Parts: sequence; C-alpha cells; structure tokens
Amino acid sequence: MDKQLVFSFPHMGDYHVVIRSMLGELFPGQRVISAPPTTQRTLELGSKYSPDFVCSPFKYNMGNYIEALEAGANVLLQTGLGCRYGYYGEVQEQILRDLGYEFDFLCFSRAHVKPEKIYRVLRNLECPLSMREILSVMMRTAESLRIMDALDYYIRENVGFETIPGSFEKLQKQLLKDLSEPRTMLQLERLKQRYARAAGEIPVKKSAMPLRVGVIGELYTLMEPFSNFYLEKQLARRNISVSRRMSVSFLLFGKKDRISLRESGGYLKYTVGANGVDSVCQAKQYAELGYDGLIHMKSFGCIPELNVMPALTRLEQDYGMPILHLSFDANTSEVGVETRLEAFADMIDMRRKKAYGTARVSGG
Amino acid sequence: MEQLVSLGVDIGSISTKGVLLSEDGQVLSEEYLWTEGDPVGAVKRLVGILFEKAPGPVSVRTVGTTGSARRLIGSMLGADVVKNEITAHAVGTLSRHPGVRTILEIGGQDSKIILIRGGVVSDYAMNTLCAAGTGAFLSSQAKRLGLEVESLGDLALRSQSPSKIAARCTVFAESDMIHKAQTGHSKEDIVAGLCRAVVLNYLNNVGKGKRIEEPIVFQGGVSKNRGVVRAFEEELHSGVTVDPESHLMGAIGAAILSRSASRERPFDPSLLEMTFTTKAGECSGCPNRCEIVRFYRGDELLDAWGNRCEKGLNR
Repeated sequence: MDKQLVFSFPHMGDYHVVIRSMLGELFPGQRVISAPPTTQRTLELGSKYSPDFVCSPFKYNMGNYIEALEAGANVLLQTGLGCRYGYYGEVQEQILRDLGYEFDFLCFSRAHVKPEKIYRVLRNLECPLSMREILSVMMRTAESLRIMDALDYYIRENVGFETIPGSFEKLQKQLLKDLSEPRTMLQLERLKQRYARAAGEIPVKKSAMPLRVGVIGELYTLMEPFSNFYLEKQLARRNISVSRRMSVSFLLFGKKDRISLRESGGYLKYTVGANGVDSVCQAKQYAELGYDGLIHMKSFGCIPELNVMPALTRLEQDYGMPILHLSFDANTSEVGVETRLEAFADMIDMRRKKAYGTARVSGG
Repeated sequence: MEQLVSLGVDIGSISTKGVLLSEDGQVLSEEYLWTEGDPVGAVKRLVGILFEKAPGPVSVRTVGTTGSARRLIGSMLGADVVKNEITAHAVGTLSRHPGVRTILEIGGQDSKIILIRGGVVSDYAMNTLCAAGTGAFLSSQAKRLGLEVESLGDLALRSQSPSKIAARCTVFAESDMIHKAQTGHSKEDIVAGLCRAVVLNYLNNVGKGKRIEEPIVFQGGVSKNRGVVRAFEEELHSGVTVDPESHLMGAIGAAILSRSASRERPFDPSLLEMTFTTKAGECSGCPNRCEIVRFYRGDELLDAWGNRCEKGLNR
C-alpha cells in the first residue's frame, strides 16, 4: 500500500481523543483524524442519506462519516455488534459507496471481534507493530478509557454543585488533552492519581441529601450529549446529582448479561437485546439506593430499550420511584424535552419535600 | 384602596387564558381567548380585558406564566415565575380540589396525565408525537362534518349507539369516519364515536401504564365537551369531575406559584402598550446554525434564546 492512509471514525462523546491516539500508535506514519465535531449539519447530512426509520445513532454516524470523508479520510471504522447496530456497517458502507466516495471500510463485527481476525485486518493495513506491541496499545487504551470514565462519573455527580462555574469542565478538557498523547502505563497511573485528587479538590457546595437522578437506556443516546440536548447538563443546572453507569469502559469490562439478568430480580426472564438487561438491572439498583428518579433514554425505535419498558413500569410501581421515558431522533423537539425535564425536576423536588414533611410529623 | 392581586397567564398553542387572583385565592377576573398564532398580541388583549373586568382598582404584585409560549410571554410581562404546564396545572388544580388523585388534561395540541398522591405530583406523562388524542383532532373532524366544535358534546350525548371509530391515528380515524358516514351512520353516532376515539387514544397513549385512581379531575379545552366526559366515565367506570374553571387551572397555578416571589415594583400594565418585536436569525458561528430569537420591547433587548454555546451571538 503506497498511498497515505487517513483514518477516521464516528463520534461518541469525547471518546475520539482516546481512539485517535490508539490508531495513531497502531499505524505510525499514517494520518488519523477525528471527524469534524457533531453539529446540526452533521445530523441533517446523516438524516438525508439514511433510511428515515432507522435509529438515530445511524444518522449521526452517517453524518460523521460524510464530514470525515470531506475532510480527507479514506479509511473508516465501524464496530457493530449488539442489536440493529450489527447491520450498521453493511448499510453505511453501501450508502457511502453509492454516494461515490472511495474509501476502505473496517467493520469489526465482520471479523466477529476474534483477536486473530482483527490481527489479520491490522496486518492487511500494514500495521508494523508486533502482537506484543499491539496488546500493549490495547491495554493502555483500555486504561485511558477507564481514567476518562472514572473522572466523568465523578463530574456528573458533582458538577451541579460546583462553586466556581466551569471548574469541572476545565479539568475534563485538561484530561482529554493529556490523554491525546501516547502514554506509558506508569504515566497513566500518575495521571489517574493526579486527576482523582484534582477532582476531589474542586470546591462543591452539596447538601447532605442532594436530589439524585439515575440515567439509563440505550448507549449512544446516553453517551453522545449532542443527541440528548445535553440532558445531563440540564439536570446539573437544577442542582441534581446525576449518575450514569453506562460508559465505554462499562461496555468493555463491566457488562455481564448473565449476572445482570440474575440481578434484575425477576423483572426480566430473558435477555432482550443490546443493553436492555443492564437498563433494568441498573434501574433496580438505583431504586434500592433510594434515588429520587430515573430518566430512561433511547433513540426513537430502539427495540431493546422498548422491550424493557414494561419491566421498568413495574419496577416504578413497586418501588414508587418515578421514571421519565424520553426518546430522541432527528425530529425531537428540544423545547418538548426541556418542558418534560423541568416538570420532572419539579416533581422529584416536591416529592422529596413532602417525604421530609411527613417524616417530621411522624417524628413528633 | 387598590386590591393586591397576582396575574397568571397560561398561553397555549390554541387559546390564551388569564386570571387575576386575589390574595385569598379568589378569581377576580378571568379571560379566555384564541391565540391565533400571535401570542404577544393575544396577551396584550388579555391583560387589557382582565383589568377591565376586575371589580375595582387592582395592583398586580406578582406575575406567573405557563404554557408553550411561557418564556416569550414571561419576558414580555417581566414575570416572576415561568413554569412548565405540568407543575402549573397540578398546583392550580390542587388549590381547588385538594383531594384529587388523577388529573386528565386534553388541550388543543397536547394532552397530559398527572398523578397526584398525597398532594404532590407523583407521576406524569405527556403525549409525544401524536395529535390524535387532542382538541385539534376534534376540531378538524367537526369541520369535516360541517359542525361547530362547540356543538359536538351535546350532539354526542344524543347518540344511542356510538359508532366504533379507529382511534390510533388521525388519518385512520378520518378515513374510518368517512366510511361510517357513507354507510349511513347518523351524525350523532359518529360524533359520539369520535369522542370515544379521543378517549381511547388518550388512555392508550398518554395514560398507558398509569394507575388512574379517583377522584379524577378532567380539564383543558376538550373537557368542555360533554361527550368526551361521558366517554371517559364509561371507559374508566368512575365519576369524572369537570370544574367550571377547568380551563383556567394552568393560569391559576401560575398565579399561585408566582406568589412566592417578592417583587419591588408592581406590574405596570402601561408597559404593554409599547411595541414588542422579535427578530429571528441564524447564528453563523459554527455549522450548528442555531436559530436565535431576540425579543425587544421598543429598542430594548428583553431576552434571547435558541443559542447553544457561549460563542453564539446571544446578545
């Protein structure tokens, strides 16, 4: 292969930083670009060239691909697997070819994510690294993801209470900058400690019992804030502590369907595809922790998450914990989501005050 | 002496409702008029009428707004509280029916259900994509039948055997309705069938999975239709209360919520005589192309919205 390869891949949250750095290490001498940031144009482009009724992550991916191709990319990546997501690669590649783009398309679900097949794919693209070096890159990438997700988890729970506006966001951006360069395991370990400490030192004004909301549902809509109108930020602005267990590290290392199914405590008997079981299992855990409410998000037409809704409704009634269901696609109105969120925040606040009221009365 | 009051405005897509509420929670004056796609003009008229109707001189201490144009009207009136419809309706209804457990609401463009347990909102749902279970559906079908939407209720009550009309979607309902008419069903039966269709659609979409418990209060514009009220009672096998002020609950709620604010100067109605203009424009800062709306009173910028980032041309 003598032409210069330019790798690119669709966005999801801030993960492009880590993926870009990983690809950069795997293919020294080649270029890796992040797709241009997801904007309204991305979504419009993606919707234009996607089947109308496909779930919205497909449309975002398409938009990212087209914008990446426009920016000069010639090797596109897709992972696949799961639900309808498993077919994304096939359809997306065909649509892009029909549009007349020339590119190589790497789809991991075609290689059935078997290490030896992926190794062969990398070799075909003239990855010069030895098996051992490749493993090292993978392990360091995994560690970077863990560090990033751990910080994000802490931020979600606390950003609504920061006393200096923007201090958490600044820290987050700094970490992304630090992770954009290749790091040794030792450096990563130091980064991890440094950022855990720095996050803990950011002043927060948090009451002993802040309102707590758990966010569950379909992975892309949860992890790409553009696609959910920055819902977590909206909640934080109302002084709500937000918890979301879904993250890339959760998908890679924390997800065990069999255990989740058992822990869903009879609310589900079978797996329902993709992360459906996780949604129910997490909902139950949040309920047992006494969370004030849950927000269940999915892209419009997401079958696995649609499957879990009856189980969630039952859970909602059993535990008396309200669950707000939101579905997003290219036509979702931002104002509509805001109204529902505002009403939800008011509701959990009123419920909480009422619960305190009765507690005081019964306590004399 | 001037009476101290709170002004509550509920501005929906179809109608605009307003009340002046005395300190002890009595409605001193009320008005209900059509928005007609011009919320600013509707509120100007509304406030004028409210002051005319007031029994004596009043001084507006606080202002609250709700409804889909709440933000626009909120900045126009300098509102103390701008609240979503769910909270406003719940608070308004609870002030009149403290024991209520279920609020059914069907308005012009949307419908919602609010469950109240122990005096607070415990769950709610709003319709999302579908307008079939709303007033807009009834008024478009009334037009098709050559009837006034106000007359539907009484006509429906005369029906002995309501026609079965597909309720899932406006388009299905419409073709089904035409089919029934062409096969000789009477207008009363068809109208009663339409009322049932609205109720079934509502219960299947908005009310799905919700425990509807008595006492039930039904409100929103469609609650004035007695045919729909009867259909609800039959479907739910329980009594449904329709308050004579049912259309005002949002406005009353907004007025009550506004009372928690403390305001330095009373609301000055003469401000409304100035010209209000909105200027819309696309921000060209990035490909997001946010549609930014700026709202002016005279030359003074009151508010701007639609911007997603700090880079935008918000001000």
